Amino acid sequence: MSLHKVWRVGANIDTDALAPGAYMKLGIDQIARHCLENRYPDLAASLRPGDVLVAGENFGIGSSREQAVGVLVQLGVKAVIAPSFSGLYFRNAYNLGLLAIVCEDAGRIPEGAQVGIDAAHARIRVWAADVADDGSALPPPLLELPCQKIPDFLIERALSGGLMRQLERQYLQTDT
Amino acid sequence: MTAQTLAQKLIAHASGRASVALHDIVTCDVDLAMFHDSSGPRRLKPMLDKLGASIWDKSKIVLVMDHYVPEEDDDSRAILALTRDWARSQQLPHVYDSIGICHVVLPQQGHIRPGMFCVGGDSHSPTGGAFGAYMFGIGSTEMLGVVVSGQIWVKVPDTILMDWTGSLQAGVTAKDMMLHMVGLYGTNGANYGAVEYAGSAVDAMSMNERMTLSNMSAELGAQVGLIAPDQTTVDYLRQAGVTDTIDTQRWRTDPDAAVDRRRFDASALAPMVAAPHSPDNTCAVGDLPPTPVQVAYIGACTGAKLDDLRAAAKVLRKRKVDPSVRLLVAPASVQDQNDAMREGTLQVLIDAGAQVFATSCGACSGYGNALAGADNVISSTARNFKGRMGSADTHVYLGSPYTVAASALTGRITDPRSILAEAS
Repeated sequence: MSLHKVWRVGANIDTDALAPGAYMKLGIDQIARHCLENRYPDLAASLRPGDVLVAGENFGIGSSREQAVGVLVQLGVKAVIAPSFSGLYFRNAYNLGLLAIVCEDAGRIPEGAQVGIDAAHARIRVWAADVADDGSALPPPLLELPCQKIPDFLIERALSGGLMRQLERQYLQTDT
Repeated sequence: MTAQTLAQKLIAHASGRASVALHDIVTCDVDLAMFHDSSGPRRLKPMLDKLGASIWDKSKIVLVMDHYVPEEDDDSRAILALTRDWARSQQLPHVYDSIGICHVVLPQQGHIRPGMFCVGGDSHSPTGGAFGAYMFGIGSTEMLGVVVSGQIWVKVPDTILMDWTGSLQAGVTAKDMMLHMVGLYGTNGANYGAVEYAGSAVDAMSMNERMTLSNMSAELGAQVGLIAPDQTTVDYLRQAGVTDTIDTQRWRTDPDAAVDRRRFDASALAPMVAAPHSPDNTCAVGDLPPTPVQVAYIGACTGAKLDDLRAAAKVLRKRKVDPSVRLLVAPASVQDQNDAMREGTLQVLIDAGAQVFATSCGACSGYGNALAGADNVISSTARNFKGRMGSADTHVYLGSPYTVAASALTGRITDPRSILAEAS
């Protein structure tokens, strides 16, 4: 199981905070630079590929703009873990290859911790920041949290990179 | 068959079943897919080109140019050029260029009818639910899936039935009802379920007002905001040129269906306002501390339809906007604007000092920067998230068109009932 560094953000993160309207004419790489700048000015520059956001309730409320998911994918974010999501954001997340994990106890995951996500079995395991993720045996997790069961077809969609990747496979008959 | 909600009946019909159970995941055939210049061709074309795929049924696609029009800069011009070129090359039969906001243009052009299953590339797509259609917003990639297949999955939702008995006081509107409910339940209070609006206060409403209820279902976090069709629906659709048979008996929730019923007394509702920076940060206008405003904005699919313009005119007739305030009016569609012009409503607004802007999404989508420099704005739009309307320094308060107009007169956020009482 690979481990992901946790960045904590608050509740009610809206799509205008994730993908501000003023930058919507630009490419996703440009919008991503302004992701959450009104609430967490340094976050976009700090995120590294494989990191995850752990948020408060109602993540992604607001617009249907899927750039609000795209910016996180662009910044390498693997998953968002929150007690609840906007339903529209939840759909967009899986369509773009981002795991949206509904975990009632997300608030127990500390900033800077590392998490392993077992989406198929709806579990999150939490380790301390200093546990090495180098393929060696992991110590027992600090916490193990149940999550809401996600339909298999959605997990498959996210893990294969999103709906467009699935359609590419179907239409172009590529196996990549 | 067990009793079914309107949402269940609409999904059963679209998925080719006699009935569906709550929480089932089913695949539905899409009767109409709407997208606009921001969510549509500029996102869909590259993906369609890459796949070498084509549109499943062009007669079921509606394209509306409303977000980046009128074009203010080179980026907008490039987006619109791409959109128009693509619409031409695809020979799309239903294209509406710069004649209004998609959620208002769709019903005005007769595209939405009871019993339909529709998707829109915009979060306020639940507006279509006012006509007894199952319509919800999706992102561009999911729209691509619909455009190539004509199908989409949906999880059969629970229904919250908002039962509004009594009748609204003069100067209190559907917008105030929505701000009240969003304040009570929060911006995700419907948990992506179906919300249905019913009761004598809803029965008495015009289609414009019902559209405001369904529209702001998005602010409740609902997937859809449904209203059972009745004679008011039929009259609107006939006016819009719809000649199909319209079934007003079939598309309603069975009396014994399982719903979460919430009861409200419409006559007890006062004008409501949502303070920065969330639509659920609400109170009665009268309970708000004194709040000066520099801009009063009447715009958007939520708050600039003909009935919204009429509401503002009732307050502004033979009065002048306070010199400290700019009153901006962006009618929701050319048809609303023309109707308002013909009956004199628009002239009342202009005589009061309103500046009239283009019939597009305008300042609501925050894509321009019309509100720059204002500390406080009172707006008839749906959202006031920080930065939503362009500048993070602007404090946006949401209210009904009556409240926006009353606030424009006094220079501070004002309960419109006192001014309406003077007028009568």
